[in-house]
Amino acid sequence: MLLVERLCVRYGPLEAVRGVGFALREGEALALIGPNGAGKTSVLRGLLGLARAEGRVVLEGQELKGRSPEALLRLGLVLVPEGRALFPGLSVEDNLLLGGFTRFRRGENLGPDLERVYALFPRLKERRRQLAGTLSGGEQQMLAIGRALMARPRILLLDEPSLGLAPLMVREIYRILAELKRQGVTLLLVEQNAKMALSLADRGLVLEAGEVALEGPAELLRQDRRVVEAYLGLAREVEEG
Amino acid sequence: MDATILGFLLLDGLQNGVVYGLLALSLVLVFAVTRVILVPIGELLMFAPLSLVWLLEGKLPGTLWLALALGLAWALLSRGRGALLPLLGTAGLGLLFLLARGVPPLAYPAVVLLVVYLGVATYRVFFQPMREATVLAFLIMAVGLHVAYMGLGLVFFGPEQFRPEPLLRGEVVVGLSWQGVLVLLFALLAVLGLYLFFRLSLFGKALLAAAENRLGARLSGIPPEEAGMVAFGIASLLAGLSGLLLAPLINAAYFMGFMLGLKGFVAAILGGLSSYPMALLGALLVGFFESFTSFYASAYKEALVFLLLVPALFYQSLRARAVEE
Repeated sequence: MLLVERLCVRYGPLEAVRGVGFALREGEALALIGPNGAGKTSVLRGLLGLARAEGRVVLEGQELKGRSPEALLRLGLVLVPEGRALFPGLSVEDNLLLGGFTRFRRGENLGPDLERVYALFPRLKERRRQLAGTLSGGEQQMLAIGRALMARPRILLLDEPSLGLAPLMVREIYRILAELKRQGVTLLLVEQNAKMALSLADRGLVLEAGEVALEGPAELLRQDRRVVEAYLGLAREVEEG
Repeated sequence: MDATILGFLLLDGLQNGVVYGLLALSLVLVFAVTRVILVPIGELLMFAPLSLVWLLEGKLPGTLWLALALGLAWALLSRGRGALLPLLGTAGLGLLFLLARGVPPLAYPAVVLLVVYLGVATYRVFFQPMREATVLAFLIMAVGLHVAYMGLGLVFFGPEQFRPEPLLRGEVVVGLSWQGVLVLLFALLAVLGLYLFFRLSLFGKALLAAAENRLGARLSGIPPEEAGMVAFGIASLLAGLSGLLLAPLINAAYFMGFMLGLKGFVAAILGGLSSYPMALLGALLVGFFESFTSFYASAYKEALVFLLLVPALFYQSLRARAVEE
């Protein structure tokens, strides 16, 4: 469905992503894991035209590079960014409706989508009149995902959805992501929390210093000695300790 | 001071205050969406009544040529189908002006359209190409445009003052003309309209969203460029209409915009350049303060108004909430 070849992202002299390539099949969940500064977020930025990128990005035969985030949104590529980028002074419901703004402009009815998001996140429905800025971190992450869903994504890209959340809330978010996957949404997941990411994903991609260090089915990666030592070891210790 | 004078001063303050209020609201809106401090808003206001005077005398105002030039630059900056809008707009504006010469019912809307077009084109040609710039760079551009537009005003309309015919003649009571009532009514409607637009319409909310989080807006399919154009359009519309309604009460001349814009700016600062209700209250405060100081110390009236900035800025710096992204 989505094919990425030799993707390079540069910030001035700094090369954040050096020739990353992968393929994403329809309905699949792919996890991009790796340490801080490995270029995970830059891959997403390059994909979405938020950073200048070289290489090829092809969605069902269409070259995507050079298109604006607005154009990609219409093609069904929707990003839930790190830090969520919500509209704190607007109500929860307004935030959700604005997620479907492009569709609203085309004259589509957002009502059913709003109900669908509320069914997925009952907590957001309880707080629909509240300002987004007054929500807890976990609720804000739910809202960010809900807002992205309002655009009817074909591929949902998530940047660190578990960052800064309590373990219980992380599990809740991943439960919802699993539900979305079951509903057929294709997921591209960038995570530092490799354990959670690999538990959801079908396949994983380990990035190191802007390059793909390892690639394979999530099942195998979870058992790979190098991944366990580098990323999962710590998580396990914390859990046991 | 007796009750009559007090009444005069209050009315005068209210009438000026609501105009400053509209300008302040425009400044806050434009700043929130684009990070531009729209210094030339006073010039956009000034273009409206002077262009009207010219048009009613059957002459084409120089502002039309400015609009045509900016429209052309706009078309050159946008490739492909994007160039269609400025080209059609420019052609339509030219045609409208040819038809509106000496025809009051056409001249008023033509002038308002011209000012809105000038405002939007100003954003597209001068500010959008530098959209990732700092607030300071935007400010320098804005001040430059203010000087340039005021100079062009002098070139187009000469140094004389004009007093266009009021839409409504006569006075309700001594000291309050029907035209003054019209100004108050318009301000009330404009504030109400803006409130409803931002409260009820998803387009209005999209504009607020673009002001609150630009990344979030882009990812939701709200292009910041379009939001900027709409913000500039609304600001120019308010400025142009205010200019048209105000000019019969105070004379219209190329330099009129500066002081009005500056006082609107003072009002916006009183609201921290971020709060709409506070900006509106600040504008009324500026209006009343001005009318009372012009009674007690008329020689110092401008200086005293700007003195209001000192406590306001002091308060803002104490709160020390960064305005920058």
